[in-house]
Amino acid sequence: MTEVSRPPEPGSPDAPLVDLDGTLYASGSQVRTMPGAPTDLAPELTDSALAHESGLELKARSQWAYARSRFFRHRLAMGSLVVLVAVLLCGAFAGHIASYSYDAIDLNNINAGPTTTAHHYFGTDQLGRDYFSRVLYGIRTSARVAFFVSILSTILGTLVGSFAGYFGGWLDNLLMRFTDLILTLPPLAVLLVAAARLGNGTINLGLFHLGQEYRVALILALLFWTGIARVVRGLFLSLREKEYVEAAKASGSGDVRIIFRHMLPNSMGPIIVNMTLVTAGAILTESALSFLGFGIKPPTAALGNLIAQGETQMQTQWWLVVFPGLTIVIIVMCINFIGDGLRDALDPTQRRIRA
Amino acid sequence: MPEPVLSIRDLAVHFTTDDGVVRAVDGVTYDVYPGETLGIVGESGSGKSVSTMSILGLIPQPPGKVVSGEAMFQGRDLLKLSKKELRRVRGNSMAIVFQDPMTSLNPVLKIGFQLGETIKAHHGSEKDDEVKDHVIQLLRTVGIPQPERRFEQYPHEFSGGMRQRAMIAMAIANQPALLIADEPTTALDVTIQAQILEVLKTAQDETHAATILITHDLGLIAEMADRVIVMYAGKIVELGDVNTIFAAPRHPYTIGLMESLPRLTADEDWLRPIPGQPPSLINRPPGCPFHPRCFLSQGRARCREEEPPLRPIHAGGTGVHLSACHFAEELEGATSKLAEPTVAEGVT
Repeated sequence: MTEVSRPPEPGSPDAPLVDLDGTLYASGSQVRTMPGAPTDLAPELTDSALAHESGLELKARSQWAYARSRFFRHRLAMGSLVVLVAVLLCGAFAGHIASYSYDAIDLNNINAGPTTTAHHYFGTDQLGRDYFSRVLYGIRTSARVAFFVSILSTILGTLVGSFAGYFGGWLDNLLMRFTDLILTLPPLAVLLVAAARLGNGTINLGLFHLGQEYRVALILALLFWTGIARVVRGLFLSLREKEYVEAAKASGSGDVRIIFRHMLPNSMGPIIVNMTLVTAGAILTESALSFLGFGIKPPTAALGNLIAQGETQMQTQWWLVVFPGLTIVIIVMCINFIGDGLRDALDPTQRRIRA
Repeated sequence: MPEPVLSIRDLAVHFTTDDGVVRAVDGVTYDVYPGETLGIVGESGSGKSVSTMSILGLIPQPPGKVVSGEAMFQGRDLLKLSKKELRRVRGNSMAIVFQDPMTSLNPVLKIGFQLGETIKAHHGSEKDDEVKDHVIQLLRTVGIPQPERRFEQYPHEFSGGMRQRAMIAMAIANQPALLIADEPTTALDVTIQAQILEVLKTAQDETHAATILITHDLGLIAEMADRVIVMYAGKIVELGDVNTIFAAPRHPYTIGLMESLPRLTADEDWLRPIPGQPPSLINRPPGCPFHPRCFLSQGRARCREEEPPLRPIHAGGTGVHLSACHFAEELEGATSKLAEPTVAEGVT
C-alpha cells in the first residue's frame, strides 16, 4: 500500500505515534508496548457474536421503525390522531351511532335546540331533521371526499413529478408547464363551473354506484395534484444525482425500476406529509363548495351544506352552524397536527422531538 | 496474445460547457485481455474514469457526448448499442465497483434486497428463494460474516469496509466478464483498503473476470495491476507491463508522478512535485499536452509544435511498451524509486 510512514526512530521524542498494529500511544508513556497482548478481537468474537453471548443484541431498526417511534413520542400528533380516528369512526358507524337517519323528519321537534329529549343532541332544523345524525353522516361524506382526493391526487402528482424529475429535458418541461397551467387556474371559479357542468348525479360504473360526493372528489383531485407533483419533482431532481442511483444504473436497472424501487422509497416522507395537507385542503374546499351550493346537494349531508343550510337562521338557531363548523375545525386541525408530527418523524436529520 | 475482452479504439468524449468544449477523453486506444488487471492511473480530470464510464453510457448526456471511437466487447460495439441493449450489459457481463460505498448504497433499502435487485434486473425469472440463496452466497464470498443476518440489514448498519464488500458482491453477482473498479479504496482507511484489495482479488478469482482498476494510487497499481496505462489530459501517455513501467518509465509525466511519492528507503526532506497545473482541457496547449511542465522538454520547439504519437519503446522488460514522448529515448536508464530494491536516481 502507499501508506508510507517513516519507521519511528528509537527514542524519538516526537508526539503521538501509531504503532504498527494501530495502537495509539504517547511517546514516553508507560504503556508504550504490551508484547504479546491481543491487539484485536479474535475473528470469531466480532460484533454480533459478542452481542449474542452477552444477550445484548441490538434489534435492527429500519428508517421506518425510527420514524414510527419518533411519531409515537410526538404528543400533539398522537393526541390528534386519537381524536381524528374517534371522529372518523363516528362517521363510519353513523348508521349505528345516530339515533335517526340523515333524512328522517321528527315533526314533534322542529327547530329544537340542543337537548337530550328524543336524543337531539345537536338540535334539529326547520324540517325537524336531527342535526347530530346529519353531522355524523356529513363526516362520512366529507371523509370519503378527502380520502379519495388525497389518494388520487397523490398518485397523480407522484407520477407526474417523478417522471418529470427523473427524465428531465423536454418531458420535464412539458409536464411542469402543464402543472403551471393548472396552478394558474383560479380554483374556486373552475370548481364552480366544473361542478355546475358535471351535474351532481351518482356515478354508475357497472358494479359500483358511486355517490355524488365522488364527482366532487374527482374534480378536486384533478386540481390538487400540482403541489405534490412539484415537491416530488424537486426530490427526484436531487435524488437523481445520488451515487446509489448511478450504482443502480450501473448494475443494469431500468428507468422504471429505479424510479419505483430506488427513488420513490426515498421520497415517501415528504409525499406522506403533503398527502395530509391535501386531505385537509380537500375537506375545506369541499365544504366551501357545498356551502356555495355547488358541491354535495341536500338531502345528502355534508359538513359544508349543513352550514349553508343553517346560515340563514344563524341568529336564532346557532346550533345549525356551530356544530358542523366545529366538526370541520376539529378534523382539519387534527390532520394538520398529524402532518406536523409526520414531518418531524420522517425527517431523519431531526433527532429531537418538538411539542 | 489471446482475444481481448474489451477493445477500445480511438475513443473521444467531449463535454459541452458554457466555456467551451472540454475534451475529457481525446483519442484513447487500449485492449483488456481475459483475466488480467489493467491499471489506469492519472490525476483528477485526466479522463481515466470518463474513458470507462462513457462506454457504458454512464456519463451525463448532455453535456457529455462520445464523439468518436469504438468499444468492442463480446463481439459488439458498445457505443452503437441501444439504451436497452446497453442496460443488459451493465451489471451483467460488465460491472462496476464505485468509489464511495457510503453513498453508493440506497439508505432505505435492505442490503439483501439491493443485491437481489441486481440479479433480478438480469435474471427476472429467478425465484425469490433462489435469489436469496444466491445473495447470501455472494455475501459469504466477499467475507461478510453471518450473511443470513446481514441480508436483512440496512446500509447504515454496515461499516465502510463492509459496505464496499457488499458493493463488490453486487458487482460480481452476475459473473461479469469485465469488472471496472473505479477508485475502489479511495474512500476507505488504510487498514480496510488492504482487506478490500483481498476481497477484490477473491472476486476476480471467483469470476475469472478481467479487471480495469482506475486509481491515482501508484501503490495500488504496483500491488494489483498486470499492465498499466498512464493518462494525462485525456490521452494515454504511457502504456506497459507493470514491472516495466516501474522499472523503466519512458515518459516524463510517469517519472514525475513517481518522483512525487515519498520513498520508504531513503530519508527525504522534500518531495519533488510536478511543477505547474494540469492543462485546461478546453484550451489544450498545442503540441505535447505535458510540455509546459516537462523537465525534458526545456523549451524545445518540437514539444510545443508537434503532438507526440503513442509509439513503441524498447526499454527492456516484457510485453508492449508504448510512450507518447518525442524524446523517450533520452530517458534511457531512467527508473523509478518504486522499482526496488537498488534504486538508481531518476532523471531530473
